[in-house]
Amino acid sequence: MIAETGLAALWLAAGLAALQFVLMVSALRSGLAAGRAMRAIAIVQGTLTLISFAMLLWVFARTDLSVALVFENSHSAKPLVYKIAGAWGNHEGSMLLWVTVLAAAGAIFALLSRRMGERTMLAALGAQAALALGFYAFLLIASNPFARLSPPAFEGRGLNPLLQDPGLAFHPPTLYLGYVGLSVAFSLAFGALLTGEVDARLARAMRPWVLGAWILLTLGITAGSYWAYYELGWGGWWFWDPVENASLMPWLAATALLHSINVLAARGALKAWTMMLAVIAFSMSMVGTFLVRSGVLTSVHAFAIDPERGTFLLGLLGIYVGAAFILFAVRGASLKEGAPFELVSRETGLVINNLLLSVILGIVFLGTLYPLFVEAVSGEKLSVGAPYFNAVAGPLALLLAVLVGVGPLLSWRRERRPVFKQLAVPALLGVAALLVTFIVAPAIGILPRLGLTVGAYLAAASILPLVGRNPLRTPLATWGMVVAHFGIAVALAGMAANAAFTSERLAVAKPGETLSVGPWLVQFEGVTPMAGKNWTAIEGKLTATRGSGPVTLKPQTRYFLDPPTETNEAAIDTFWNGQLYTVIGKPDEAGGWQVRLWWKPFVTLIWLGGVLIGLGGALALVGRLWRVRRRRREPDWRERYA
Amino acid sequence: MKPKNQRLVLVIAALVAVIAAVLLAMWGLRDRAAYFYTPAEIAAGKAQQFKPMRLGGMVAKGSLRHDIDGAFTFNVTDGKASTRVRFRGILPNLFREGSGVVAEGKMVGDDFIADNILAKHDERYMPPELGNLAAEHKAGKTLKR
Repeated sequence: MIAETGLAALWLAAGLAALQFVLMVSALRSGLAAGRAMRAIAIVQGTLTLISFAMLLWVFARTDLSVALVFENSHSAKPLVYKIAGAWGNHEGSMLLWVTVLAAAGAIFALLSRRMGERTMLAALGAQAALALGFYAFLLIASNPFARLSPPAFEGRGLNPLLQDPGLAFHPPTLYLGYVGLSVAFSLAFGALLTGEVDARLARAMRPWVLGAWILLTLGITAGSYWAYYELGWGGWWFWDPVENASLMPWLAATALLHSINVLAARGALKAWTMMLAVIAFSMSMVGTFLVRSGVLTSVHAFAIDPERGTFLLGLLGIYVGAAFILFAVRGASLKEGAPFELVSRETGLVINNLLLSVILGIVFLGTLYPLFVEAVSGEKLSVGAPYFNAVAGPLALLLAVLVGVGPLLSWRRERRPVFKQLAVPALLGVAALLVTFIVAPAIGILPRLGLTVGAYLAAASILPLVGRNPLRTPLATWGMVVAHFGIAVALAGMAANAAFTSERLAVAKPGETLSVGPWLVQFEGVTPMAGKNWTAIEGKLTATRGSGPVTLKPQTRYFLDPPTETNEAAIDTFWNGQLYTVIGKPDEAGGWQVRLWWKPFVTLIWLGGVLIGLGGALALVGRLWRVRRRRREPDWRERYA
Repeated sequence: MKPKNQRLVLVIAALVAVIAAVLLAMWGLRDRAAYFYTPAEIAAGKAQQFKPMRLGGMVAKGSLRHDIDGAFTFNVTDGKASTRVRFRGILPNLFREGSGVVAEGKMVGDDFIADNILAKHDERYMPPELGNLAAEHKAGKTLKR
């Protein structure tokens, strides 16, 4: 009954979405009487999908093996947290999560957004319903998560052990909230283009959604990067895997949107531009979903290879992106450009930010899709990886990071003050860092060297907007900007330090043997067998010393039975100045064990930077929302902020 | 700047950005994309020396050797030809003799020097690159478990 309840809720929600869309069309044509009904329908629709998703969690929690999806992806002897998180560790469940977030976002939007034109609001709700409708159809026709299995199985086939990790509970839902949160920006842009009400008010209504989605994307990507780093045992934090790119592309677009939307909100300028970015941002989310869920890629995220699903998703993508682009082509030209600005101004800075982000996005997009394109055309198979992305996008990203230090110093409309003088100290710091790298590490690559240089410069430049201001009277949004930009410097320094200074040691060690890596001496003590709830393992014991007292690391190779798989559990010890990363491999005939050691100076800065960027976004979001509340209480805000 | 001119400048800037991205990507992809080859194609001399590429096939049974410095040597075969692969690193967990594999690296002489052996993440999963090979293999092997 549980599964049937979930399925019924899904059908009902799909019906309501259709109704919501029809009401939108009639409301826009002949008056707004349907408005109240649409809000109510959106809220009920969101609630129904939540019920449906709760039902899925329930059948997974109790391992109901009469449900095909549970049989395929779960197992009774699995810890409860992975039983529940396993609900979205598969194709159907993750698509249900996608739709649930989409509909729930629509419901929250219907519930909370009152501060914008009623017509645009209704058009946006209709667009959101249209989006949801396509994905309901996809679930109900091509990926029913609640399909029954007859007769029921005695035992499930288990969850991929790589996914049996706390990361699964956090990383996919966060990313999905981010991906799909952008749908509201898409719907708002669509609605505003329909009604022609592209103005600062729209931007202020859209901004919290973009900020919120962007924060979650940032944190989701950061978490995913760290998960891959410790779980795969390869010692890398980013592999330019197409699936990683699938999350990076919406992030790049959302980052651009986040900056241009401020121009629209503050100055009423960059109208068409911002609408275009809002369309592109969610389109990139859908492209990502298509890449990941259609099975065209080789990845841990590609759960199933099913051409029908791929075609279906591609069709949806074509319809939504096509409709938005056509609407943009028809209406975009008629948008009046807002307040003018001069060449040296905050607006120009943000336009350059947008241009660079867009070029990087284009490079990542083309590099990710190129293999698919070549294979479709010539049948030849190829892959595009780090050599391409680092060499082509890396220098642009560094240039962007340099400009991140400049943009916030400029004032709106025109800049007449000699602001560039302020950058003398950060620039000197950057030069100093550059010289130090030549002395300390003359042989490192050009990108890591420049990364360290720009990191040092930006760490100082990013806090300049606070210099000479009373910190308590500085708006929270400004604090958020500073923290996020400082986070970029931190992450950049971590990436560069990791690339420049990592030392690696791979050896076959006999018990008692000592290996050196970086400043460490690591003694291999031996191995012991271990057992967990649904796995057995060989655990190595390593004792590492560096001047002071020893630390013990215990990397494992785990053997899972359902499905039969091995995973490496790296043992990582974190110090203030880096991480010691150890993996144990296979034994050889002579009684030695393969041991791989890394000393990764300052690698943790990468994820610390990511968290800071997200935190900066959160500060800005809180600041903006708080300001809206305050404005609401003060009727004269229009004059004050005009 | 007049609003009208401003819009023109913005449109031109956007177009320049799009064109720049395409040109940069084309320039980068020309010599940085790694082609995928099978041992038969390598035997036919299709692969250039020292050029990054991927090699896919089955690990030949009985060919895996463990060298003293932690490196591995094994043969990859597609039934028609076979290529010797050298790899320094930890093999992915699902690496087995008789099972599918994709290696990233380059040809040096007659050997394929792998920088990376791609993990098959899941027992049920086969890299699409292996195409028919994988299908044949699946029918024989994975059903046994």
